[in-house]
Amino acid sequence: MSLMHWAILLPFIFAIFVPILYKYIRPVHTGWFVLIIPTVLFLYFLPYISSIANGETFYEAVPWVPSLGIDFAAFLDGWSLLFVLLITGIGALVVLYSIYYLDKKHEAIHNFYVYLLLFMGAMLGVVLSDNLIVLYVFWELTSLSSTLLISYWFQRDASIAGAQKSLNITVFGGFAMLAGFALLYVITGTFSIQEMIGQADVVINHELFLPTMILILLGAFTKSAQFPFHIWLPDAMEAPTPVSAYLHSATMVKAGIYLVARFTPVFGGAPEWFWVISGFGLFTLLWGSLSAIRQKDLKGLLAYSTISQLGMVMCLLGLGSAALYFDEANELYTVAILAAVFHLFNHATFKGSLFMCAGIVDHETGTRDIRSLGGLMLVMPATATISLIGAASMAGLPPFNGFLSKEHFFMAITDATQYGIFNMETAGMLFPVIGWVASVFTFVYCCIFFFKTFAGPFNADRFAKTVHEAPVGMLISPAILGLIVITVGLFPNLLSQSIIEPSMASILNGLPMDNEAFAVDIEHWHGFSAELFMTIGVIAFGSLIYVSMGKWKELSIYKKSEDVFSPLYDSSISGLIKGSQKITNVQMTGRLRDYFAYISVFFLIVVGWTMIRYDAFAIDLQYISEVNSFEVALVVLLLVSVLSLPFIQQRVAAIVMLGFIGFLIALFFVNLRSADLALTQLLIETVLVILFMLAFYHLPELRKETKRLTFNWTNALISFGVGLMVTLVAFSAFTFGQENDFSPISEYYIENSADLAGGYNMVNVVLVDFRGLDTVLEVLVLGIAALAVIAVIRLKLKEGDDV
Amino acid sequence: MKWKTNNLLFIHVTRVVSFLILAFSIYLFFAGHNDPGGGFIGGLMTASSILLLYLTFDKRKIDEMLPIDYVSLISAGLLIAFGTGFIGLFIGDPYLTQYFDYFTLPWIGEFELATAVLFDVGIYLGVAASALVIILTIAGDQ
Amino acid sequence: MELLMSVVVGVFFMVGTYLLMTRSLIRVVIGINLLSHATHLLLLTMAGLKTGAPPLLNRGETEFSDPLPQALILTAIVISFGITAFTLVLAYRTYKVNKTDDLDQLRGSHDE
Repeated sequence: MSLMHWAILLPFIFAIFVPILYKYIRPVHTGWFVLIIPTVLFLYFLPYISSIANGETFYEAVPWVPSLGIDFAAFLDGWSLLFVLLITGIGALVVLYSIYYLDKKHEAIHNFYVYLLLFMGAMLGVVLSDNLIVLYVFWELTSLSSTLLISYWFQRDASIAGAQKSLNITVFGGFAMLAGFALLYVITGTFSIQEMIGQADVVINHELFLPTMILILLGAFTKSAQFPFHIWLPDAMEAPTPVSAYLHSATMVKAGIYLVARFTPVFGGAPEWFWVISGFGLFTLLWGSLSAIRQKDLKGLLAYSTISQLGMVMCLLGLGSAALYFDEANELYTVAILAAVFHLFNHATFKGSLFMCAGIVDHETGTRDIRSLGGLMLVMPATATISLIGAASMAGLPPFNGFLSKEHFFMAITDATQYGIFNMETAGMLFPVIGWVASVFTFVYCCIFFFKTFAGPFNADRFAKTVHEAPVGMLISPAILGLIVITVGLFPNLLSQSIIEPSMASILNGLPMDNEAFAVDIEHWHGFSAELFMTIGVIAFGSLIYVSMGKWKELSIYKKSEDVFSPLYDSSISGLIKGSQKITNVQMTGRLRDYFAYISVFFLIVVGWTMIRYDAFAIDLQYISEVNSFEVALVVLLLVSVLSLPFIQQRVAAIVMLGFIGFLIALFFVNLRSADLALTQLLIETVLVILFMLAFYHLPELRKETKRLTFNWTNALISFGVGLMVTLVAFSAFTFGQENDFSPISEYYIENSADLAGGYNMVNVVLVDFRGLDTVLEVLVLGIAALAVIAVIRLKLKEGDDV
Repeated sequence: MKWKTNNLLFIHVTRVVSFLILAFSIYLFFAGHNDPGGGFIGGLMTASSILLLYLTFDKRKIDEMLPIDYVSLISAGLLIAFGTGFIGLFIGDPYLTQYFDYFTLPWIGEFELATAVLFDVGIYLGVAASALVIILTIAGDQ
Repeated sequence: MELLMSVVVGVFFMVGTYLLMTRSLIRVVIGINLLSHATHLLLLTMAGLKTGAPPLLNRGETEFSDPLPQALILTAIVISFGITAFTLVLAYRTYKVNKTDDLDQLRGSHDE
C-alpha cells in the first residue's frame, strides 16, 4: 500500500469517524473536521505538478484478486492529476461553503458529510485506478453516493424522485460499461488501461470493437449527462446546493469526460469513435443551451448549462481524437484537446462559483424562481459581483478564462472542417454552425441568470425573508473561485505548462512529446481571426435575443420548461413496472400447487435436457443383484400402500398408512444390511406417528372428508413424469457407477475406522469422527426446527391480526 | 396431555417398560462406536421412552417428576458437541479431531476411552431434547 | 434388485409429487414426508445394494456394504423428521388461524 492508495482510502476511513464526531462534539460544526481531509489531500497532491510536468508518471499496485488480473492499481499522470486537484480543491471549498449553508442544529449534517466523503473517496478512486474492475467499483460508488446526496432531504418527494432517476440512469450506464470492460478484457486479456493502450491496434481492428465502444460510451454518456441521458441532471438539482456545485457541475458529471479521454488512446483514430463522441457532444451542446433558456429555476438553468458545456467538452474530445488517426501531433487537431482540457478546468471554476451564488440567493431569499427574483444587486453586492464574473466567463467574455477556452473551441471547430478525413469537408460544416448557434444561446442564458436575479427594481415585499448579504464565510468559497477565474483569464499560461500540457500528453498518449503542438501558449489576441468575429457575433446576436425576450417569452415553447425526454422516461419506467406486475400476476397465482407444478416441470426440463444432452441414460441389467421372494413381497406391499395413499379419505387411515410405509422402509433397511438406519427409521417413525396423531387430536375437524379430491390429469401427468425421470436417473446413476468401477470414498473409511478412530461401527465412526462437523450442524438444524416449532405454536395473534 | 385413560394394565406396563426402554437406549448409545447405535439412535429412543410416560400419565405429573427444561438441553448438547471440537484445536490438529486410547483396569479388563463418546453425548442430548421439544410443544398447545 | 428399487423410488416420487399438488394442506405434509423417504431410498440404490455384510468391522467379515451413504441417510432421516415436524406444525397453525386447510382458500390477496 503506497501513500497514493491511502490517499484514496482516507476519505472512506474518515467517514467512519464523522458520526462519532457529530455525536460527541456538538458545539463545533462537523464540517470543520471534514474540511481537513480535502485540504490535506490537495496539499499532498499539489507538489506532484512539477514532476508530472516533467513527463513522469506514478504507478503503484497492490494485488487484490491476482488470479483474475484484478489489482488495486493506482496510476497518476497529468490527466488524473487535473481531476485529483479539482476533486480535492473544489471539495475543500464546497465543504467550507457547506458549513455556512447547512445549519448544524436543524440538519442531519453527519449524514451529509458521510455521503460527501464517500463520494470524494470514490471519485479519487475512479480517476486514480488503472484497473478497470476497480475503476468500475468506484464508478458505481460515485453513482450511489450521488443518489444518497440527492435524496439528502428525503422527506421531499421530489428529492426521492430525482435520486431514483439519477440512480436508474447512471447505474444502467455503469452496467453497460462493465459489459464493455469485460469485452475489452476478452479482446486484450488485461484489465489495465495502460496495457490496453499498447494494444490499441488490436482493439480497433477487432470484430468486437463496435459493441465494446458503444457499451463503454453508454457508461460515459449517462454519467456525463449527454443527450438523451441528460434528463437526470436537472432533477438532481433537488440536492443541497453544495452538492450541486461539487458533484453535478465540477466533478462527478465529468467522470464521463474523464473516461472518454482515458480511452482516447485506445479507441481514438477510429471514425466511429470520432463521429459518435463529437456528434453527441455537439447535439448536447445545442440541446442544453436551448433548454437552459426555458428554465425558470436558477439551479435548473445552471443544470442545463452544465449539460451544454459538458457536451462541448465531449465534442472537443471527439474532434481531437483525429490526431490519433494521423498519428501526429499537428496543432490542427491538438487544439481541440487543448480546448477540452482548458475548458474543463474553467468550467469547474466558474460553474462552481455560479452554483454557490445561486445557493446564496436561495438561502437568503428563500426562492430560486427567476420570475420572483430581481434587484438584488444593491442588497447583495458581493454575491452580485461574483455572479457577474462567473456569468461573464460562462458567456465567453474577455478578460475571463471562459473567453479563452471559448476562443479555442471556435478555433477547433473551424479547424475541424479542414481535417480532410471522415467526410469532414461536407458534414463537418455543421460543427461551426451548430457550435456558434449554441454559443449565442449560452450568451442569452448567462444574461438571464445575471440580469433576472440582480438587475431591476428591488421589492422587499416579494420575499418571505428579510433579504440581506450572505455571511462572509459563505462568500469565501465562491470568491476564491471567482479569483481563479480572473487570474487564469489574465495569466492563462500559468496553467499551460503545469496542467494542460501533461493532460494533453496523457490523452494523446503515444504521440511524440517534444512536438511543437504541445507547447501550449494561450494568447488573448489572435489578430482579426475567424474566432474573434464569431465571438463578436455571439455577443451581438445574444444581446439582441435577450433584449427581445419580452416578445418571445409569451411563446408556449418557453412556458413549458420540462424536457421532452422526461415524460418519455417516466412513462417507460411506469410501463416497466406495470408490465412486470402483469407477468408476476400471471405466474404468481397464490396457489401452492401451481408453484409446486412449476418446480416439478422445471426439474423435468432441466434434468431431462441434461441427461439427453450428455447421453447419460444408461440402462444395463447385467450389474443388478438378485431378488428373493421376501424382497418381492416387501416391494409389493410398499407399492400398494404408497399408491393407495392419495385415495385414502380418512385422515387417521392416512396417518396409519404413512406409519406403515415408514416401518416397511425400516424393514428394507434391515434387508439391505443397514442396522443403524433400520433402528433410526423405526424410532423416527414412532415419534412421527405420535406427532401426527397429536396434531389431529387437537384438530378434530382438520379435514372434512366430504370434500372429494378432484383427480387432476395435469398434475397426474407431471407427477408421473417426475417419477419416471427419477427412476431413470436412479438406475442410470447406479449403472454408471458400476460400469466405471469407481473406487468408493468409503474404502478409506473401511480401512481406517478401526485404526484412526478406534471404532468398529463404520456408520457411527463416519458420523462422529470423520464427518463430525456435518453431524453437529445437522443437530443444530434439528434444534432450530424445534425452536421454530415453539415460535409457531406460541405465537399468539390478537383478534384481527394478519399473519 | 389430555388422554384420560383408565387402562390400569397400560399404566402399570408403562411404568416398567418405559424404564426398560430408557435403559436400553443408554446401552445403545454406548454401543454406538462398535455396534449399531450411537447418539442419534440413543437420543431418539430416550425421547420415545419419555414420550411414553407423557402419553400414559398426566403431563403435570411428569413435569414434576422430570423437571427438565428441554430447550436449554438442546443448547447444552450443541455446546458439548461444538466444545469437544476445540480439544483438537488445543492440541494442534484440525477442529473436531477425535482421540481414543485403550486402557486396562483390574477386574474389568481392557476398555476404550474416546473423545468421540463425549461428542456423541452432545448429539444424544441435542437429538433427544429437540424431539421432545417438538412433540411437547404441540401437545401443550391450548 | 436395483431395478426394482429404482421403480419403487420412482413411484414414491410420483405419489409424493402428486400429493404436493393437492388442495389439502395435510396431504402436502404427507407428500413431503414421502419425498424424503424416496430420497433416502434413492441414495441407497444409487450406491448399489447388497455388496456385503453390515458395515461392522468386528464381525470377521471382509466385504461390507457401503457405510458412507448409510451415514448420509442416517442424518438425512433425522433432518427430515425435523422438516416434517415443522411443516406439520405450520399446517396445524395455519388451520387454527385461518380455519381452513384448503390451499385454494389460503391464497394471498391480490395487492401483494
